[in-house]
Order: sequence, then structure tokens, then C-alpha cells
Amino acid sequence: MRNPQSIMEERKSRHRPPTGPTAVIEVEDLVTHYGDRMILKGVSMQVLENEIMVIMGGSGSGKSTLLRHLMALEVKTSGTMRILGKDIDRISRQEFLDVRKKLGVAFQSGALFSSMTVGENIMLPLYEHTDLDALTMEIMARMKLEVVELSGFENLMPSELSGGMIKRAAFARAIVMDPKVLFCDEPSAGLDPVVASALDDLILDMRDAMGMSIVVVTHELDSAFKIADRITILDRGDILMIGTVEEVLASKSDRVQALLNRIPEEDTMDPDEYLNRLVGEDNPGTAHL
Amino acid sequence: MAAQKLSAVQKIEGIGKTAVAFVESVGNGGILVAESFYWLLFGIRERQPVRLSAVIQQMMEIGIAAIPIILMLTGTIGVMLAIQGIHTLRIFGAESRVTIGIAFSVVREFAPLITGILVAGRSGSALAARIGTMKINQEIDALKVMGINPTRFLVVPALFAMLLMVPALTLLGIFMGLFAAGLYVNADLGISLAAYAHDTIDILSLDDLGHGLGKSCIFAVLIAVIGVVNGAGVQGGAEGVGKATTRSVVQAISAIIVTDMLFAFVATRG
Repeated sequence: MRNPQSIMEERKSRHRPPTGPTAVIEVEDLVTHYGDRMILKGVSMQVLENEIMVIMGGSGSGKSTLLRHLMALEVKTSGTMRILGKDIDRISRQEFLDVRKKLGVAFQSGALFSSMTVGENIMLPLYEHTDLDALTMEIMARMKLEVVELSGFENLMPSELSGGMIKRAAFARAIVMDPKVLFCDEPSAGLDPVVASALDDLILDMRDAMGMSIVVVTHELDSAFKIADRITILDRGDILMIGTVEEVLASKSDRVQALLNRIPEEDTMDPDEYLNRLVGEDNPGTAHL
Repeated sequence: MAAQKLSAVQKIEGIGKTAVAFVESVGNGGILVAESFYWLLFGIRERQPVRLSAVIQQMMEIGIAAIPIILMLTGTIGVMLAIQGIHTLRIFGAESRVTIGIAFSVVREFAPLITGILVAGRSGSALAARIGTMKINQEIDALKVMGINPTRFLVVPALFAMLLMVPALTLLGIFMGLFAAGLYVNADLGISLAAYAHDTIDILSLDDLGHGLGKSCIFAVLIAVIGVVNGAGVQGGAEGVGKATTRSVVQAISAIIVTDMLFAFVATRG
């Protein structure tokens, strides 16, 4: 990890607090299981308007599962979740669809459709959800590509792009409907430090330019400290702490410090759980689309 | 002794798990078909219509691209039936009656069967691989977050295209099989093509054609559903996609052959 002082200095130029106390996402007492294994053990958190919330934690802490719940991709065991003020368990299918149209996601792999060009990928949400004519959609796609500095790449196939470019194109697709909330899963994973830093700048630029809330799951500490307004630290399915970068850096918690200083935790896995994992009892595979 | 008991329990448990997985797959397939027809019929009302362009693209891949191989194989089967038929009937000196066997076999059995098996091998596997790859690349999750229903976007065009193209290919296969058999009969027995065609039309009824085409519609649904269910169940990356693809071909061909037998049994009892 870099020197905390240098991180704080770099943040000063870009950081700005959330505009207001309005929560775009509210999670209360979220519990989820894969088979018999409890993954999230009563998580409660909020993502505020115009805020960049970074979710961190070690492997198996439940951060990716939490992100999937925030995107309404998983079925929870219990708890409540409000997205853009709507309790997603109590809304009609049409309302749920309307909520979804206001969400954007950039997955770790980019998740671009390999059979479509970059431009077609970006235009897909417009094509599916609007009545815009083809020319307008093309112009909008080009504008979004310009935002992510990929102008002129609209006719290439995803397989012709580098890893960093795929992530940028995924960002362009995620923001094409001007979402209220953007989710980013490990945006810097697998990228060299220069490209990763440029992506961090892009996330900050998008928040500033479009006024959206952004939820980022990452285990890259430098990246998290650079972009986060607040950080949620998960540990074994529980929230260890939620706070600003300053609060996280100043935390006296051993677990937080272990994560920040990359100290491996002792193996305290329950023997039964270990056995179940070995024999594949916890496999959450499903044949649903 | 204890180890033997444990082994027996594990075997029973394994059988139970396989049975549950099978029932779950069948259930998923049923839900998928119901959901697909829902989107086909009510997609416009839900402001998510099934795109004609996607259906046409699938029709091109499933149907048009398969025409050469369908023609070649159904033609070959037609000739093979003619050879075997003439050879067998010659024992009784009744080789001139070969047309009956060829007509019924091609229209009611071989054209639908060969077409179904070919489409399962070409397009069912491609569908499983495509959906499996999309699942492991999180493309299906991306669709969901974008508010695009994956069944409506991915499954309905493929299912609808299968329902249109498998019977169409079967019809083509019927003509090709009968024509190729006619050429052989003409060459071997000296029966003119016109006489052969006249005999064939006399023998066949619309029921026979309906039998063949009706079966091909069932095959189309089976191929699409088995491909999608296997693709959606992919786990474990590229290897998982490979396994799902292989499984979907084996299951689809098995389902086609078993359904063919059941259909023939039911239809001939009526």
C-alpha cells in the first residue's frame, strides 16, 4: 500500500462529499445463503446520492455477493432492500423494470456481447428501452465512447480490444442510459497500474459529470482510497466498518488494519464447513437464466 | 461392513441427486417454454417485444445454413432406402412396390429424424455453447441489470426460429429424400420419375405429412429447450461450456429418438 499521506494529498484535488443525505440504495439486515452456508449475515448499509461507495474485503468476505444483491441479481433469505426509494420486494414487475433502467453495471470481465460490435453493445439498452431512431442512437453511442476516451472504436469487435479498453467500453454501455447508480465490479483487476489509475480517474470524472452514485467492489487499496467517498469493509459476511477514507485509515480495529496491511488472517474455518467445501456441498450452481 | 453401508448410502444418495437434478431440468425446461410463449404473445404489452431481426438472424443460422447438409443427408438416406427396399422386395418379386416403403419411411420417419438430429448437432449445441459462454462471461447478468429479460432476448428468437425452420427443413428433406430415391428407382427398376411421383402422391395422405411435420415441431422445442437448459446450467468456465455442449447434443438426440418412437406408437394406434 502507498503512503497514506500521499493518498490523502492526491484525494484533496478530486474528492467531494456527497451532495445530500438522500439514499439511493438502502439495505437493512440482509441475510443470504448459498445452500446451507450463510454468506451475508445481516448486512445494513446505505449508498448516498452522488457518492462513490467502495466495498472492500478479503476473498470470501461476501463483497461480490453483496454487489449482486445491490444489483437485484440474487434472491435474499431475509432483509429489506430499497433501490431509488423503491422496496424491490413490494413493487410490480413494471416498476422493477423501470428501476433497472436506472442502473448501470460494468462487470469485471466487461461482459460485452462478443457477437456485437462495440457500438452495438453500447446501443443495446437504447435499442431495447427507447424509441430513438438509429442515427440518434449512433450519436449517443459515440458520445459515450468519447466520455470513456474510445472514440473511433465503435466498429471493432470486443475481441479486438485490450483489457483496459474492454473495461472502458463496458463503462460506456453502463452509462448510455444515464443511470442514477453505476455498479463496478473490480474495475482495476488485471490491469497495469497506469491503466488502472486512468480508470479510477474515469470513475471520478463520470461521477462529477453525470452526478450519479457509484458502487465499486475492489480489493485494490490504492484505487479504493483514490476514488472512495466512503468505504464499506466486509469480513466473513458481516460489515466490519463503514466510514470515510480518513476514518478507515485511522481505524484501530485489528481486522481493518490486517486488511490494510495485507496480513493474512489465521485459518479459523469450521471443520464441517471445510469438509463441505471439499466435497462440493456448497456449490450454488443453478440452471436458471 | 460400515464402509459397505456408507458406500450403499452414497450410491442411493447419488441416485436421488440425479433424479432430483433430472426433475429440476424438466421443470426448468417447462418454465422456459411457458415463459417463452408468454414473451412471444405479451412482449409488446410488456414493452419488450420479441425482435423480428433476432428471429430472422436465428432462422438464417438454424435453417438456411443447414440446407446443404440436410439435402445431402436426406438424399443419401433416400437412396439407401431405395437400395434396401429393392433388395428386400426382390426376394418376393415385389420390387416394383418399393415406392410404398420409401414414401412412408421418408415422410413419416427418416426426414424428420435426420433433420432433428442434424439440427441438434449443429444448432442445439451452438445454443448451449452460446448461452453457457454468456453465463460465465456475466453477459446474462449484464442483460438483467440492463432490464432486458434474457429469456425474451436470447431464448425466444432461437425457439421461434427452431419452430419455423425445423419443419421447413424437414419438408425440404422429404422432397430431397423422395427425389433421390426416385432417381435410384428409375435407374435400377426403370420406373419413370413421373410414374414414381404419381405412385408416391397416391400412397401418401396429408395425415402422413402432418405426422412428419408434427414430430419435427416437437423436436424443435426439445432441441431449443435442452440447449438452453444445459447452457444456463454451465459451471466452471470453458470446460463447463464444453461439457454442457456435449451433454446438450447427447440429450437432444436421445430425446428426439425416444419421442419419435412414442409418437409413432401413439399415431399408429389412432
